[in-house]
Amino acid sequence: MEKLKKIPFSETKEMKSLLEVKDFSLSFPQYKKGFRESYIEVIKDFELTIHPGEIVAVVGSSGSGKSLLADSLLGILPENAEIKGKIYFEGVALTAKRQQQIRGKEISLIPQSVMALDPLMKTGQQVQSSIQNKKEKKRIQKEAFQKLGLPKDTHKKYPFELSGGMARRVLIATAMVSEAKLIIADEPTPGLDEQALEETLTHIKQLSENDRGMMFITHDIHAALKIADRIAVFYGGETVEIANNEDFLGKGENLRHPYTKALWRALPENDFKALKGNQPEAGEVFPGCVFEPRCPIATDFCKKNKPKSAMVNNGIVRCFYAES
Amino acid sequence: MTELISKYLPLKRSKKRNRRKRALTFSVLGVILLLILVGSGFLIDTQGLVVNFDEANSAPSWSHPFGTDWLGRDMFVRTVKGLSLSFWVGLLAAFISGVIALILSLLLLVNKTLDSLVTGLIDLFLGVPHIVALILISFMLGGGLYGVIIAVALTHWPRLARLLRAEIMQIKNSEYISVSRHMGKSWFWIAQHHILPHLMPQLFIGFILMFPHAILHEASITFLGFGLSSEQPAIGIILSEAMGYLSSGMWWLAVFPGLMLLVMVAVFDSLGRNLRKVFDPFKGQKH
Amino acid sequence: MITFILKKLGKLAALLAAISILSFILISYSPVDPVRSYIGAEISRISPEQQKNIEQYWGLNQSKPQQFLQWAKALTQGNLGTSLIYREPVSEIIIDRFSASIALMGLAWLFSGVFGFLLGILAGMNEGSLLDRLIKSYCFILASTPSFWLGLLLLMFFASWLGWFPVGLASPAGSLTGEVSFADKINHLFLPVLTLSIVGVAGVALHTREKLIEVLNSEFIRFARAKGESGIKLFWRHGLRNISLPAISLHFASFGELFGGAVLTEQVFSYPGLGQAVVKAGLGGDVPLLLGITLFSVIFIFVGNFIADLLYVVIDPRMQIKPSHD
Ligand SMILES: Nc1ncnc2c1ncn2[C@@H]1O[C@H](COP(=O)(O)OP(=O)(O)OP(=O)(O)O)[C@@H](O)[C@H]1O
Ligand code: SF4
Ligand SMILES: [Mg+2]
Repeated sequence: MEKLKKIPFSETKEMKSLLEVKDFSLSFPQYKKGFRESYIEVIKDFELTIHPGEIVAVVGSSGSGKSLLADSLLGILPENAEIKGKIYFEGVALTAKRQQQIRGKEISLIPQSVMALDPLMKTGQQVQSSIQNKKEKKRIQKEAFQKLGLPKDTHKKYPFELSGGMARRVLIATAMVSEAKLIIADEPTPGLDEQALEETLTHIKQLSENDRGMMFITHDIHAALKIADRIAVFYGGETVEIANNEDFLGKGENLRHPYTKALWRALPENDFKALKGNQPEAGEVFPGCVFEPRCPIATDFCKKNKPKSAMVNNGIVRCFYAES
Repeated sequence: MTELISKYLPLKRSKKRNRRKRALTFSVLGVILLLILVGSGFLIDTQGLVVNFDEANSAPSWSHPFGTDWLGRDMFVRTVKGLSLSFWVGLLAAFISGVIALILSLLLLVNKTLDSLVTGLIDLFLGVPHIVALILISFMLGGGLYGVIIAVALTHWPRLARLLRAEIMQIKNSEYISVSRHMGKSWFWIAQHHILPHLMPQLFIGFILMFPHAILHEASITFLGFGLSSEQPAIGIILSEAMGYLSSGMWWLAVFPGLMLLVMVAVFDSLGRNLRKVFDPFKGQKH
Repeated sequence: MITFILKKLGKLAALLAAISILSFILISYSPVDPVRSYIGAEISRISPEQQKNIEQYWGLNQSKPQQFLQWAKALTQGNLGTSLIYREPVSEIIIDRFSASIALMGLAWLFSGVFGFLLGILAGMNEGSLLDRLIKSYCFILASTPSFWLGLLLLMFFASWLGWFPVGLASPAGSLTGEVSFADKINHLFLPVLTLSIVGVAGVALHTREKLIEVLNSEFIRFARAKGESGIKLFWRHGLRNISLPAISLHFASFGELFGGAVLTEQVFSYPGLGQAVVKAGLGGDVPLLLGITLFSVIFIFVGNFIADLLYVVIDPRMQIKPSHD
């Protein structure tokens, strides 16, 4: 990692990573074809590093295992999930026991769905429960709500009395009031209109102040580019590329992986040309590159061999022909 | 303490498991067991029902696995005969109630007035304790075997009708129905081509799940003394007779017949539940 | 709120009217001859004239609609008629019998609710474990168990075999009701309550289990865990709250089954409650009593459903008026 020359926001600081994930994979036992047991690998060979004060976006399409990634970091996976690989938090291995101790305290989650609010508990109370300073919890919660522009009486309301946007802000507030060093925002911006999106992104960006690190999970590359410093692209359960924000330029010449390029070109303001075909389903096994079936520059070699991740031009990529 | 709690009270997300195969196996086993039960009711030698004072009051033995009663009748034969009666009553009741439920729920398609009449009727039936409804109907019919059968058959449709009605409501609002409607198809045509095929699994499972209820109700009401006379072998009769011999220590009079009834009901119940898993594993609707 | 109550009361009135008409029709077509069942075996000793007189006295010579109108008119004045077998006003019998039944049903309702809820929680918390499978099988077996058979077994075991309890009757034969001691009452209530409680557990337990599993798989539990909550605290704050209202509500909505269970249990234990009376009325052709108890049981079920709905309106902040469970 130390090869990364350009690390925004943390240039002046000592190069200590907040979160480091290496060779991470996650699988479920599954009954395929009738009744035989096998495993499906939802995430494989995942790698990512987040530094204090940095926002790293994880971009991947629906069902690619992004929420499960968040669950793995927090240690709240479904019981049948099996994980491999290494996770370090502040340089120390993140064991299940440690996860249990620090989740909600040092790592905080902004969940994907507004259903994450307990329907029978007032919002104020729900936010207060993640405040460590018990004496000041009312004040802290109030300030957070104010900062997020929530009406004064919001804390007395039940989730069903809130609009979708308000509920989202309440969820953001739970992360805001915690003293977490790492915040995992799991798709906090679905279905918002342009203005609400802008606002929410600003709020989320606020969260990364005070040297907090943030993992921003989304399938919206736009939103990612607005606030993220680096962007990890998730395809078929693998990280195919980790690019810097500045790489997304022009026709995508600076991008390293064909999939990232295709994503970038598919945006309306660029060529607006969508890639043909679909993502592989969770559990599909490829002897070669996962992107090979849809890759415009694939060769026979790609079909049979798996590309390893490599540093290219200050980023990480998993492609034999990445030479930008 | 917290360790103990997390060990014994793990708050976890559930596992996705494939239960369909197991469900299928159990269903097949259930059917086989039922066939044996009913078949033996047909085939069994009725010699055992004859009064035989020499063998009266004998405890279970090889020649009389369930013992004999005070008249020397073989309890095994009586039980199997009783179960087979229960089966037929259950079958008839489930069939009639299934038909009633289907017809009434289809009235939803005809017009609003009829439908609200149906909902009213459902509420009416569910508003009376089932046992009381059974007593009323069998009283009206003057008791007897037919009174019991008809009472059981006429009172089991409301829940299924409500379920089917909800299902039809859902299908009715779906897109392809309105397309057919626009193409000028009649409701009758639509019911036949679009709705009935969709209802079939629900109807069939509902039919199976009506069995256990019907059988238990038949036994209950005969136990209370409605209907059948004491020569007729019905589990309810056997058990109500056994009441008179409680203090005599003849435990076998009550234990085995009731146990067999339980087994039969449980088999139907699990058959229904397993079939539901096979047919529609995601919609675990409660009955 | 008031409209909610008024609406419900209107529904009750309609229900009662419909059921009166329907059951009156049912009963009036019965081949059971009320005069014959009134007089019993001595019918042969009564002259046809005397029979006519009795029929006239009861208004049996009038047309059916007339009879119904008369009965309905008396009903609105609170007069349910006179029981043929007990020769007492039906309303008095119902009050008397119901006060015996309510002890049985109330206790059984309470016990089955509490134990069912606990069992359901235990199973749901440990979904898929051996304990869960045991509880689940136990409930499914219970649901298939004829309650009167269970009563018989308990009676046989505890009363006949061990001799711990009397074989029947809520008050010892021969003693006046006033003299029955509290201990005696408990003594006679124990087995019927036990039977009815055991049978009632299954429904609540299975429902609670399912609901708890649903809640535990919900997004808000996942989020609560992500916030660092766990174990008892998590269950208390987010689990219990979300499952108790549906469970209590369901339990109130199950008065119908409770009544049915009581009928059978009272029969087994010769417990002099409402259930036993309705069986006697049905068997003995006691039309006024049968009609009276039918209407009463309808009100009983209705009250249960009403409370079930009311609980949602009062307690659930979402204030949704959900229909009672089916
Ligand atoms: N308990 C489980 N057992 C088996 N497979 C599971 C389980 N939970 C999730 N999956 C599968 O894992 C895959 C990834 O799910 P995940 O929720 O992480 O996707 P996601 O990237 O967050 O998608 P979205 O953008 O829609 O939120 C899905 O295909 C899902 O079916
Ligand atoms: S390795 Fe081959 S198939 Fe995979 S992305 Fe690169 S060029 Fe395409
Ligand atoms: Mg997700």
